[in-house]
Amino acid sequence: MSKQTQIRNFSIIAHIDHGKSTLADRILDFTGALSEREKQDQFLDKMDLERERGITIKLQSVRLPYKAKDGQEYILNLIDTPGHVDFSYEVSRSLQACEGALLVVDAAQGVEAQTLANVYLALENDLEIIPVINKIDLPSADPERVKDEVEEVIGLDASDAVLASAKAGIGIEEILEQIVEKVPAPKGDPDAPLQALIFDSFYDAYKGVIVYMRVVEGTIRKGMKIKMMATGKTFEVLEVGAYNPHPVAMDELSVGEVGFVVASIKNVKDTRVGDTITDAVTPAAEPLPGYRKTNPMVFCGLYPVDSSQYEDLREALEKLELNDASLAYEPETSNALGFGFRCGFLGLLHMEIIQERIEREFQISLITTAPSVVYHVYLTDGSVLQIENPTLMPEVQKIDHIEEPFVRASIMVPNDFVGTVMELCQTKRGQYIDMKYLDTNRVNLQYDLPLSEIVYDFFDLLKSSTKGYASFDYELIGNKTSNLVKMDVLLNGEVVDALSFIVHRDRAQHRGRLLVEKLKKLIPRQMFEIPVQAAIGNKVVARENISAIRKNVLAKCYGGDISRKRKLLEKQKEGKKRMKAVGSVEVPQEAFMAVLKMEEK
Amino acid sequence: MTPPKAVYIHIPFCATKCHYCDFTAYVVEGQPVDDYLDALAKEIEMTVRDAPPEQLESIFIGGGTPTVLTPVQMKKMLDIIQTYFPERAPAIEYTMEANPGTTTPELLAVIRDGGVNRLSFGAQTFEPHLLREIGRSHGVSEIATSVKEARTAGISNISLDLMFGLPNQSLDQMRDTLERAVALSPDHFSCYSLKVEEGTLFYHLEERGQLPLPDEEVEYGMYQLIRDYLLQQGYAQYEVSNFSKQGRESKHNSTYWKNESYYGFGAGAHGYVHGTRHVNVKGISEYVSRIDRGERPILQQEKIPLQEQMENYFILGLRLLEGVSLQQFKQQYGQPADHVFGDAIETLVNKQFLRVEGDIIRLTEQGLLFGNDVFVQFLY
Repeated sequence: MSKQTQIRNFSIIAHIDHGKSTLADRILDFTGALSEREKQDQFLDKMDLERERGITIKLQSVRLPYKAKDGQEYILNLIDTPGHVDFSYEVSRSLQACEGALLVVDAAQGVEAQTLANVYLALENDLEIIPVINKIDLPSADPERVKDEVEEVIGLDASDAVLASAKAGIGIEEILEQIVEKVPAPKGDPDAPLQALIFDSFYDAYKGVIVYMRVVEGTIRKGMKIKMMATGKTFEVLEVGAYNPHPVAMDELSVGEVGFVVASIKNVKDTRVGDTITDAVTPAAEPLPGYRKTNPMVFCGLYPVDSSQYEDLREALEKLELNDASLAYEPETSNALGFGFRCGFLGLLHMEIIQERIEREFQISLITTAPSVVYHVYLTDGSVLQIENPTLMPEVQKIDHIEEPFVRASIMVPNDFVGTVMELCQTKRGQYIDMKYLDTNRVNLQYDLPLSEIVYDFFDLLKSSTKGYASFDYELIGNKTSNLVKMDVLLNGEVVDALSFIVHRDRAQHRGRLLVEKLKKLIPRQMFEIPVQAAIGNKVVARENISAIRKNVLAKCYGGDISRKRKLLEKQKEGKKRMKAVGSVEVPQEAFMAVLKMEEK
Repeated sequence: MTPPKAVYIHIPFCATKCHYCDFTAYVVEGQPVDDYLDALAKEIEMTVRDAPPEQLESIFIGGGTPTVLTPVQMKKMLDIIQTYFPERAPAIEYTMEANPGTTTPELLAVIRDGGVNRLSFGAQTFEPHLLREIGRSHGVSEIATSVKEARTAGISNISLDLMFGLPNQSLDQMRDTLERAVALSPDHFSCYSLKVEEGTLFYHLEERGQLPLPDEEVEYGMYQLIRDYLLQQGYAQYEVSNFSKQGRESKHNSTYWKNESYYGFGAGAHGYVHGTRHVNVKGISEYVSRIDRGERPILQQEKIPLQEQMENYFILGLRLLEGVSLQQFKQQYGQPADHVFGDAIETLVNKQFLRVEGDIIRLTEQGLLFGNDVFVQFLY
């Protein structure tokens, strides 16, 4: 147990690549939390995937004892946050669990859009923000310029900003001192009815769900009956504790403390991020503010390439769901692809991560249909449908109008690329909102854009057209009416439902043409000619033919080298494994995502 | 298992390297050819000590270009072969690969005296600019001259290699090449389609989009033209790429297609002896030094598992238009083919790729054109 006045809860806000994980490691290292053996890079990012992508997906927290220069012992709780817009709600909850935040800004690159978004979240939560200018040892570092930028763009006093290099271990102690000095100790009454904020949970095969939480009021003890205020579920606490960074069991966690709770919870869906844990016997009058259920924004169909793996795919999704309350799925059937699941994700990154984990950890080769957003379809009979699978779009005659989700995008970009980005936003049906100069060279552009365009290829195009200099963030702002149509794709005269997509009427013909051209390239020639058509209703808007292949035989002598022949055949066999038979046509996996990979020219 | 009845010897030297070639072959200038031949003798000696031969039915000296050897070196090589493989069937097929323009009457006499009774000339095409474009070191007129001189020397069994699907090659050019080739009245043709292999000049050109290969439709047309024209001229197709006059089918290559064993000697050579396949090291100096240390120059070897042997029986055997025998399969592997490949055979028969006639399974016309789709079905 620690004295409430000696506790400091903080998190780190940083753009990808600005060195958050390295800094976290240095802090662990400095406070003596890591043994020599554990000083592998990026201790906090547990999953391989996270480490490979250099991003944090699941949050972690760690409790660090620190003896400050004032001679007193403090408990610092570092709460790590995911660094991607898909997970912004999770970020906001972990920020709510803190009193302070380190704002890490790259000394050469300055403030980025994502950083800004998270800073605003921190400011909304009244956090004390400590600016840290990182990577000052880089030759291109310009800390003074970046300090100015922090002051101008964010409006923070950066005169005391710590000049640091996490990589070189510069400035770590000063960061810790500023945390002790500036971040307020948690308020609250240890004897009040329990209110603890869940900011993450995680499924453990042995203990069930492990809940990461921050005690805001009262005290949580082993043996206590607790209740989740949003879901109403009650559990008995088997274990409380904290990570140092290894789990250490404790008798209780009192007001202001951060740690974990184990209570035989079988499903992460019972421990929703943002929910409040209270005492089941003497509950708090009301939950902590800010809870909302996160809804999936992006949907796609997941199908096993090998249909016999359908049950394996179900098991994989069940296992992933244990650990991911925001993953939603339900069975669906496609004429083209057979049995699969329609899955909902927080965003594109979330979708890619789940796909990759299924393929990698469960070894199921997947066909993914192009992602779709949720369309609100108003029918002429006055009813409203929510359509997240283009195939299910009703006939045109029955539709009064369709609404689609829009986001407000904020794009930070060097001066030189403003024209390019504006042009891109226009072609993506964007509506100009605002443009602000951050300094003489950098501009923050705001556009309202249909989410579906972002789900398509907006991010890739933004990166490529600005040579990677643009940074980008968005928030959902609601639905707007758009003139949308459903485009079908026919292979060999048959509609392939898995290839249908929704598109703005003005761009339909163009997209249709691009798609059939792309499919012609992706689908290998077969023993018969295959017409590829794009159609709106019964009207064909584009057509290509994949001509028949006339022969496929190796007419070459490799002498006695049989292995060369076998290798060629094995390659052909492997290629065939990645094909899905749609009617009589063999279609490669990539074709189902082709709608995303079209170059708009 | 019976000892191999076939010998392959690799001479990895050429006057120049062709633009499409990825075989083990080095420009001969400055190479230690005599050391190589000495090493070759030792490799053969080491091998036959462990796996002695019986009566041979075929010998094939390939390359590279064996005919870049000087008459003295040539004699030395043929003597080595004579020393270690003295027992030969009366009708032995003894082939040497040759490039047009490299066979002087003097060299031909040595070759003939050494027992060689079949020459396989790499003619490739009769279009002068195409020969240059693919990096051949000979011209068109040398093809006819070499064939004539070979016959004069008394080597009457002649095969020509032709290539199709060459850069910018047209159907008309292919027809012209066939007419001129047939006019020389060889006994046998091997017609190979150009395959761009990694590590060749053509590969790099293709990567950069600078290799104007004919489109598939044209290449298909060439293949059909070759088949039709040669058949009409009295050359029966007996394998995917091979055509011959009656009784002149290559015995040596049939060894490969029938999945039978063969010795393989020389740098980069493949062998298949007593159920083990091996490939030799490819570098000349490595080959020579390994042998100098008293080691066999093997890069990799593998005892072929039963399943793979059975697969190879079909994958290779079906390339022959005469097909494969189910009875023989059973004799060789102790189980009926339909126990192992019943599904594959049924699928392929239903697709009309294969035809079963009593004991024999063979490719249909469609199956021949889509041979890879047939063979791939037999892979486990």
